[in-house]
Amino acid sequence: MEVWVQEATFDVGQELNAFAKTAEGSGAVVSFTGITRDIAGGLRHMEIEHYPGMTERALGDIRLEAITRFDLTGARIIHRYGRLAPNEVIMMVLTAAPHRADAFKGAEFLMDYLKSRAPFWKREVTADGAEWVAAKDEDEDALKRW
Amino acid sequence: MDVLYFAWVRERIGLPRERVETEAQTVRALVEELRAREDRYEMAFSDLSALRVAVDQRLTDFDASIAGAREVAFFPPMTGG
Repeated sequence: MEVWVQEATFDVGQELNAFAKTAEGSGAVVSFTGITRDIAGGLRHMEIEHYPGMTERALGDIRLEAITRFDLTGARIIHRYGRLAPNEVIMMVLTAAPHRADAFKGAEFLMDYLKSRAPFWKREVTADGAEWVAAKDEDEDALKRW
Repeated sequence: MDVLYFAWVRERIGLPRERVETEAQTVRALVEELRAREDRYEMAFSDLSALRVAVDQRLTDFDASIAGAREVAFFPPMTGG
């Protein structure tokens, strides 16, 4: 499987090494790691809800689309759900291609699409209570460039 | 069919999923049926531009057919990544 939706944390270095091994001969491997950040200050933790079943399907579709568009030789998506503390790893995308431009573009495409097309919802819990994170217009606009 | 709710839609309606018997042929017609039920549904569905819908786990729009669908899900715009 190249799409992982999991509650458990994971080791970014291990994942990158494992992926790079499968991408032997590809020439270029790009990875992006998303980290929980405390934007407004006072974040206790973040909760990520998702739609089991649809999440895996949506990520699988996005992954195949990226492979086709950018001639990737490999792509992997890992996304966590559940309760995450500040500075924890949320997700990672990895791409491999013969040349770096396609690997970079593929990773950006995956990120743009999974931000607003994969069924995840973030909720920030602070001392003042809990609030659902609103989707950003620029995330939706980012899809138009593809 | 099964109707699923996520994030603040789930919170407003007060449950994550329910079985709904309906003759509705489109998502919009199903929404109208639900809105007529109780205030909590009216509250959740008052602004459809703030909602997204998936039929059988695929994103679609409110005019989509739900004939033969097993699962319809309502949720706010997604915030992955």
